Amino acid sequence: MKNIVLKVENVSKQYRLGVFGTGTLSHDLNRWWHLIRGKEDPYLKIGENNDRSSKGESEYVWALKDINFEVEQGEVLGVIGKNGAGKSTLLKLLSNVTSPSKGKITMKGRVASLLEVGTGFHPELTGRENVFLNGAILGMSKNETKTKIDDIVEFSGCERYIDTPVKRYSSGMKVRLAFAVAAFLEPEILIVDEVLAVGDAEFQKKAIGKMQDVSKQGGRTVLFVSHNMNAIKTLCTRCIVLKNGELVASGPADVMVQEYLNAEQKDLPMENSWDLAKAPGNDVVKVIGYKIYSGSDSGRIEVKEDLMIKIKFQNIQESANRRDVSLHVHNSDNILVCVLSSVFMEEGYSKKDISEIGFKLPKNEMNLGNYSCTLRIIESKANSSILKINDFIGFTVLASSSEVFYDIGGVYLPNFEILE
Amino acid sequence: MSEIRETVITPKKGLFELNLKQLWQYRDLLFQFVTRDVITIYKQTILGPLWYLIQPLFTSVIFTLIFNNIAGIQTGIVNAFLFNLAGIVVWNYFADCINGTADTFKKNENIFGKVYFPRLIMPLSVILSNLVKLAIQIIIFLCFYIFFFFKGEAGQLGWEIIYFPIVVFIMGFMGLGLGMIISSLTTKYRDLIFLVTFGVQLLMYLSAVMYPITLAQEKLPSQLASFVTYNPIAIVIDSLRKMTFFNGANFSIMDLVFPVTITLIVFVSGLLMFNKTEKSFIDTI
Repeated sequence: MKNIVLKVENVSKQYRLGVFGTGTLSHDLNRWWHLIRGKEDPYLKIGENNDRSSKGESEYVWALKDINFEVEQGEVLGVIGKNGAGKSTLLKLLSNVTSPSKGKITMKGRVASLLEVGTGFHPELTGRENVFLNGAILGMSKNETKTKIDDIVEFSGCERYIDTPVKRYSSGMKVRLAFAVAAFLEPEILIVDEVLAVGDAEFQKKAIGKMQDVSKQGGRTVLFVSHNMNAIKTLCTRCIVLKNGELVASGPADVMVQEYLNAEQKDLPMENSWDLAKAPGNDVVKVIGYKIYSGSDSGRIEVKEDLMIKIKFQNIQESANRRDVSLHVHNSDNILVCVLSSVFMEEGYSKKDISEIGFKLPKNEMNLGNYSCTLRIIESKANSSILKINDFIGFTVLASSSEVFYDIGGVYLPNFEILE
Repeated sequence: MSEIRETVITPKKGLFELNLKQLWQYRDLLFQFVTRDVITIYKQTILGPLWYLIQPLFTSVIFTLIFNNIAGIQTGIVNAFLFNLAGIVVWNYFADCINGTADTFKKNENIFGKVYFPRLIMPLSVILSNLVKLAIQIIIFLCFYIFFFFKGEAGQLGWEIIYFPIVVFIMGFMGLGLGMIISSLTTKYRDLIFLVTFGVQLLMYLSAVMYPITLAQEKLPSQLASFVTYNPIAIVIDSLRKMTFFNGANFSIMDLVFPVTITLIVFVSGLLMFNKTEKSFIDTI
């Protein structure tokens, strides 16, 4: 039997952009005038899509628009989307911090939200005192906390510091303690937003394990927001994707993550060039263009074709030292697959002029999937790179359109043979 | 709290939808906040809670020097220092309550923005933790009272002192009510916040803290005199001194009906405004 613990119906949230000041008073008065006459709020009719980068006409935007979804008991629902897609606004509404402009949210049971490091920790109080305080903020009674304090302290791994004021804690320790309190509170619905990023690898693993326990054995529901697609894939059973305040897709987590990553990839063009004035870079070196293309130059990158990447750049300042260009190729799990670099060449690039470097990746080596490349320009005597652009370019390696190809997984696709 | 409770979140909230049951469920939190406030204020200080005493004592000494010695206000058979101390202790409670609650939303923006609990817990915890401070100050007042009693400068205690809890109630709830009104009005437009500290300070001079009301009626221009006469805080402070020092002379319980009524009106309006604001203030603060 389906047991719906969380139901979101037609929820929208409107925000006003800009600064509050004397000018906003007239809108408030107008709204108030409409309300006393029993009319609808005039400003709820207008408003634009929440696209962060485009310039808008209206002062009102919809941070969330007509969101509908349901969560069953015991489900772990992942929420993914770019920065500003409305994830945090959604969680804020769910944790009752602010109310929606329209729509209705129904929840069964206690809700505990863990929105940021040490929600409600008081710096002057000790860890133990804060556990009680935080427990109470999340709706736990003092006796309940008392029975669980040992488990909480043990899980957090902060035994030694527990009687020291929290202001002396590292940020990782605060997250550990805060997570432990929320997880052991055993709420019917646990809301976790991006907090785990601060903890170390060991703790992240532990926390993900705990969330799985909570949902599988405890029959609790978890809502999890993260940009870490691996964590989403391991933890979540289902996933919703938000884009510009609208729910664009929902379904099994791994499918959604893949689709989300594919969609994100499409935003990076295969070819680009810039004027020197607008080119990315700094006053030492600027990148003025690049091109990614396959052996057949069909606009698609396929497994069974060579892959070419060309980068055009200009040294603004000359250097006495050898300068080199490298591309760090990461896959969608953010694993470094390979580095393409000019260091093996006899000469680097140090002259003050426009240079072009091309790399060729032979066919049947890169596996299917999305890749993004970080561009680095390094100088032989300098310790760090003189230019580093994360996710500078990206490409998707697709299955061959003419031959049958199976996606067998793996970071790398060696050109292996089967022994007779 | 093991029963499954259902929460429904919808846009607007009616003016009179008070969730007192929920407030009761969170009573542990209220207690935690009070303890937190009391222990953290003077953490990392050497004198600790002694600071609770130093401030009213010094204020009282200064008032005695200026208002009684220089300006020559007469306090009758009662020692001027003791007379001022009584006024200052209860006035401080009122002032602390209003100052502590007037910026509730602004001060707790961080925690309110992250997690839900009945917002009313915050201002309530302020008036309760100030009550602890008041209790400590009353003890020091009693020490001085006994000292001056043996010197014969403490006047005469009236049985009417049993009404003292009403005095505390008025001071606390008046402060809370005004604080809630101000904090609700300042989430979007902050103009009023500039008035608070300064306004409270000015109000003190018109609240009979260091003089009896009768003196104000004699010496002040008539508008100001009637302001003092109808100022509920002034009435309460004056009544308190009548019961403590003057054997309840010229005091009747009916004097407190007017301040209690005003307090209730202010408190209820504050409560309703606060309740209305708490739902979406985080978007505008």
